[in-house]
Amino acid sequence: MSRLKTLVEKRHGVDPLRGGHALCQGCGIPMVVRVVLGTITRPTVVVNATGCLEVATTRFPTTAWNVPWVHVAFENAAAVASGIEAAQRALVRRESLPSVDDVAIVVFAGDGGTYDIGMQALSGALERGHRFLFVCYDNEAYMNTGVQRSGATPFAADTTTSPVGLESFGKAQKRKDMTAIAVAHHVPYVAQAASTYWHDLSLKVERAAAADGAAFVNVLTDCPLGWGHEPHLAPHVIAAAVETRFWPLYDVVDGRYRLTYEPLHPLPVERWLEGQKRFAHLLRPENARLVEVIQQNVDRDWAELRRRCGDDEKGALS
Amino acid sequence: MSTVESRLLTGGEAVAHALCQIQPDVVPVYPITPQTPIIQTFSSLVADGAAHTEIVNVESEHSAMSAAIGAALAGARTATATSSQGLALMAEVVYIAASMRAPLTMAVGNRALSGPINIHCDHSDSMLVRDSGVVQLFAENAQEAYDLMVMAPRIAEHPAVSLPVLVCQDGFTITHAAEPVCMLEDAEVRAFVGEYRPALRSLLATESPASHGPFAMPDYYFEFRRAQAAALEAAAEVIAGVADDFASLAGRANHGVEPYRLDGAETVLIALGSTAGTVKDVIDELREDGERTGLLKIRSFRPFPAQAVRELAGGARHVVVLDRADSPGGAPPLAADVAFALADCDATLRSHVYGLGGRDLHPEAIRQIFHGVAPRYVGVRGEPCPV
Repeated sequence: MSRLKTLVEKRHGVDPLRGGHALCQGCGIPMVVRVVLGTITRPTVVVNATGCLEVATTRFPTTAWNVPWVHVAFENAAAVASGIEAAQRALVRRESLPSVDDVAIVVFAGDGGTYDIGMQALSGALERGHRFLFVCYDNEAYMNTGVQRSGATPFAADTTTSPVGLESFGKAQKRKDMTAIAVAHHVPYVAQAASTYWHDLSLKVERAAAADGAAFVNVLTDCPLGWGHEPHLAPHVIAAAVETRFWPLYDVVDGRYRLTYEPLHPLPVERWLEGQKRFAHLLRPENARLVEVIQQNVDRDWAELRRRCGDDEKGALS
Repeated sequence: MSTVESRLLTGGEAVAHALCQIQPDVVPVYPITPQTPIIQTFSSLVADGAAHTEIVNVESEHSAMSAAIGAALAGARTATATSSQGLALMAEVVYIAASMRAPLTMAVGNRALSGPINIHCDHSDSMLVRDSGVVQLFAENAQEAYDLMVMAPRIAEHPAVSLPVLVCQDGFTITHAAEPVCMLEDAEVRAFVGEYRPALRSLLATESPASHGPFAMPDYYFEFRRAQAAALEAAAEVIAGVADDFASLAGRANHGVEPYRLDGAETVLIALGSTAGTVKDVIDELREDGERTGLLKIRSFRPFPAQAVRELAGGARHVVVLDRADSPGGAPPLAADVAFALADCDATLRSHVYGLGGRDLHPEAIRQIFHGVAPRYVGVRGEPCPV
């Protein structure tokens, strides 16, 4: 089990992702990257989909990466990882590499590069069962291009392409359940985690990295700019997502669902909505009905998740 | 020189056998007509243990080229294959493969682009990636498809080039037509292509990490693009060297251009692909009739052999370019390159578009083209009708 101290220790004398990059103050992405790469003890190659992380860390001629890193395009990170993994196997066969386990392959992609434009390549790679870990830093919209709605944007959120207006309350649709879609590929390990729950995330990455096949970890990651909160409040905002059961923490090992954290005193969903500008309109009296709908959705999704977990105490990690 | 006797093979099979002899480490691929016989034949060769290759049956051509980049940058010798819509779907990544200097090879069974959807040959798919920065070599027949495929890894992997190399053969006309093909011995091919020594730092070299595919703004983007163009320019000399070596080994020359009966030619026809074979027959007949004409076949479309075109066709009175692709509202692609190459020459230039969507180009039509009595669009029926 990783401790915070070991997670932030340098690997081979250097940080895998160094400071000096251009990600925003309060952005959750670098924390996710550091926890993931700090947890995996093997040498690691990183594949990055187009997005905030790629743009902000590799402006030529600089790079913030001290691990091998590759970016090709927006929608194909999982396919690029497939090719690297196939190369690994081929090079082991012709004895140019000792073992396929020597180097771990980790993909980082945002929700656009995972839920939307990246889903076909991801689905193909999961189905083929390449040995790699796909980490989605899910900040619930296209933040790099200026906060446009994605398939991960929650119901009623205000974005620049689902704007609140005289005849609009924000995004009209629910977000898609990407974690369940990954589970449907029958891969050995799938998990849902949150950026500031670093201990839970690290345990999941440990399991994912040990999986014999493809693994997918979906990490709710704060974006102060797109969500509309002060950078220093990020841990509170993420905690509200978890404590209201809006974003449950669980994993699925060989198809078996298990809660990894259960809020003892679940908060009403308003606690999640109230700290963020993108939901500010929902707290107006005339939108009380929308908040009721959101609460109903959260309750129904939670009940369904408990059902998948077996709906008994053994299902929870308590 | 090889003593192996010829075998009856389609162009698709010939390229699959070339791949089997090359034994690439990784082949990510997706089925599409008329490329499919290539990957089917290759897959059964791998299934029988004749080649040791990781075939990755990806879920699209976009992913085929993406996986190919990942494999090539991880230090694996990599190949793929496609046609038509597949090349169109992967076009985004073909550009990126060239800019990332991924040395890989791709067999292309040329096929018309939709729409309307069609499965037969023209060169519109190749022309879609004309400006991507990849090397594009066109075969006249199954033998050339085999030869160029064997040559391709050496060109792609040469440190001065380090680019994708596309070996193009006409869909169905070559991919599916059986011809006698002389193959080299397996050991000869292995020795000819040699070990893959990546010019770029491998993604799996974790002790010396490199960042591939960074973000380049106006302060560096242009330099990246210029370096890439220079690599394609350098490919011309590399192709010539590899063709020389191949000729010593196999006794067959496959240089960037092939002049055919150009001595004293007043009219020079220029074409790509299988049509060159038909044109050669017609030129033989015209020569018998006393006409002074010849063919300049272009094998290396990219890099375009502008200097050779100038030297071999610049002194003619008439240059006639046959394009199996159109550029609606502008000059067809081959004609545009030839016009640029001959800008300072006195030759008159005629441009014809033929054979779109697999329509045959008959010898009689080529004679009409030679005599200057063919329309600009050869073989199309009637007048264009409104929607």
